Amino acid sequence: MTLTDLRPGQQARIDKVDARQPGVVRLMVLGMIEGVEVRHANSAIGGDPMELSVYGTAISVRRQQAECFRITPLASND
Amino acid sequence: MTEPSTVYVPLEQIGIRRRASASVAVIGNPNSGKSTLFNRLTGLRQTTGNYPGVTVEKHSGIAQLGSSALELVDLPGIYCLGGFSTDERIAVDVILGRMDETPPPDGLLVVLDATHLYQGLYLLQQLMEMQVPTVVALTMTDVATANGIDISIEVLQRHLGGLHICPVVATSGRGLEDLRAALEHIAQAQAPAIPESWPELSKTADQLMQEAGGVLQRIDVIQALIHPDSKRAAILEKHIGAAGIAAVRASLFGDEPPQAAEARHRYLWVREVLREAQTQAPLLERFGAKTLRWFNRPWPATLMFFAVMALVFQAVFSWATPLMDVIDAGASGLASWIAGLLPAGAFASFLTDGVIAGVGSVIVFLPQILILFLFIIVLEDSGYLARAAFLMDRVMRGVGLSGQSVIPMLSSFACAVPAIMATRVIPNRRDRIATILAAPFMTCSARLPVYALLIAAFVPDRSVGWLNLQGLVLLGLYLLGIVGGLGTAWLMKRSALRGPKPHFALALPEFRWPNPQTVLIKLWDRARIFLRRAGTVIFVVAILVWGLAYFPRSAPLQTDYEVAVTQAQAAWSGAALEAELQRIENEAAATRLQQSYLGRAGHLVEPLFRPLGWDWRVSAAVIAGFPAREVVVAVMGTIYAVGEEAEEASLAGKLRSATWPDGRPIFTLPMVLGLLLFYAWCLQCAATIAVIRRETNSWRWPIFAWSYMTAIGYSGAFLIYQLGTAYA
Repeated sequence: MTLTDLRPGQQARIDKVDARQPGVVRLMVLGMIEGVEVRHANSAIGGDPMELSVYGTAISVRRQQAECFRITPLASND
Repeated sequence: MTEPSTVYVPLEQIGIRRRASASVAVIGNPNSGKSTLFNRLTGLRQTTGNYPGVTVEKHSGIAQLGSSALELVDLPGIYCLGGFSTDERIAVDVILGRMDETPPPDGLLVVLDATHLYQGLYLLQQLMEMQVPTVVALTMTDVATANGIDISIEVLQRHLGGLHICPVVATSGRGLEDLRAALEHIAQAQAPAIPESWPELSKTADQLMQEAGGVLQRIDVIQALIHPDSKRAAILEKHIGAAGIAAVRASLFGDEPPQAAEARHRYLWVREVLREAQTQAPLLERFGAKTLRWFNRPWPATLMFFAVMALVFQAVFSWATPLMDVIDAGASGLASWIAGLLPAGAFASFLTDGVIAGVGSVIVFLPQILILFLFIIVLEDSGYLARAAFLMDRVMRGVGLSGQSVIPMLSSFACAVPAIMATRVIPNRRDRIATILAAPFMTCSARLPVYALLIAAFVPDRSVGWLNLQGLVLLGLYLLGIVGGLGTAWLMKRSALRGPKPHFALALPEFRWPNPQTVLIKLWDRARIFLRRAGTVIFVVAILVWGLAYFPRSAPLQTDYEVAVTQAQAAWSGAALEAELQRIENEAAATRLQQSYLGRAGHLVEPLFRPLGWDWRVSAAVIAGFPAREVVVAVMGTIYAVGEEAEEASLAGKLRSATWPDGRPIFTLPMVLGLLLFYAWCLQCAATIAVIRRETNSWRWPIFAWSYMTAIGYSGAFLIYQLGTAYA
């Protein structure tokens, strides 16, 4: 399962990041690394790009990069 | 902010400001409240200059602190020491001392946003590797408290090796005195502790630094390892050997990008620190949060975006009009006042038609440009710009760009100058240039007078279904601009500017009220750039065109004119005489223009424009309109002998009756449509050219943009005229 499968409001923990894909390092520099919990906060029309909440910071991620993050969904408390 | 203590300084010190004893770089994440803090510390004692060879302004100011004075340098916000955008790279180069003519800072004032400590501590780790005296300002502590975030300064300090951390609220000034005290002796302060987040990297860096024999500093070694393509990497490899460095990199980073490995190590450490130092209280949902969230959902947010843009355009066009009218009236009033004082002649004409008209043509657009700048800055500082980019990303992807090109593109519907300056947020240089090349295609406010004149004169005012044909043509011209601009971006991204797809990975700031002082300082900065760069160019070219249109003056023509005036005075009287004199004056002006260098130039290039159906008069007007396209209306007014202040209707009538020597009308529908298309696509704006030159830092792009746009404008006009004439 990757970040692209996350539904609005759902939370997940990042399990593995494929850092070799273009544009992924930029997201890692913003703190999207293994073990970090993220929440699907919002998206643009069509669901791409999506807005993830990472440690209280909203980060915009395109689908192409979101595919590079393998995740485990967490029970949502939203 | 003034210090009360300045009241008691010894007399000899009054009026003398101490010179800065040291320079401190103010650095932090974007939107961390850095600029507000900078403005607070320096007050209005700021200077704005340029870093040599780059387009980013250098903002520095003097902070008077008790016994010393410091030069503070405000830098663009960054997330890490590997810059992605132009702004970010410059910030990195300045703090690492790699900028020509700018010595490395003696100290760092690192601004951490208490509501975004996670990213802030990451940057702080990298900065601590520099081993330069550092003071940390923890901003937004009030917002953090309101959000239920509790931060233990002691715990943070312990993990950061005792670094000086000052909590401040920049908007109210709380905590500023402590910060000033900490900054006062920064240059003599100890270097911070070596960060604990990546011991292997620290050890390796120390080893390599010794092996390289001290040619590189610790931070340079680290940067060389993490950025294999940098200049420092080459130096390190020369001293240690490429194979050795490759082995070091493999053991530190594995087979992934070095920055990825760095992010993993440092963020792991940041997370552990935050677990200890920061607690987040569960919050009750605040009043209105639900509504706000609903407005943030995809469709409502997108509709809101269009509403916001509609408001911006409404403001740019309707608020600016009264001011522009005042400037216009002021300029012509001043011109006629001077004309009344001075004897008619070259000097009076130079002052009125050259200088005053030239200055007028620069400042007449200032209200529009300032309002547009103001909106862009407010959108930027409130965090909405990033939101807009997020919402529109999908649309821009179609032409190979990202959402960050949306605001520049939309702004250029009012004026390309602020739009091109707003492209600086685009991280990728190729995307930025593609946006800069696309922006001037959009129908700006200066094109409207040209469109209005030609449409009113030649497009029949009749209905097509429930639409008006004239309105339809105007809509078509807007669409032509959009197609031209987006098509250009698409083409460029597939050819000269081909590169990896933009990633559009960015942090979206929360909405916050912009700080008025910061907004005004930024506004003044951009206005200054417009006046200095674009203004001088427009002015110089306006004077040049005046000279071309005024000289040479022939004596026989003047005599003819005087004879005609005398005859009229003898034959007519009263209102009829007034009208006749006006007619003679207009005829004379037209004849003079025909004899002038501009008129001759029109004749000279006529063969070139003949395939477009333009006679020498249209050609001359187009040449005169090169510095600023809206001038073309006034020149046509003069050249068709209706006076330059002519009513639209009378000029339109004159244009309709203009003929070739053989009696065929010049302004046929295919010719007019071609002329309109030429104006939709060509780059007749010296200000835009000057700003492209400034923002791309080379003549290559402005020359390309001008040639390319003129070429497609010409080709389009050619095709329409030829096809239209053949099938009409």
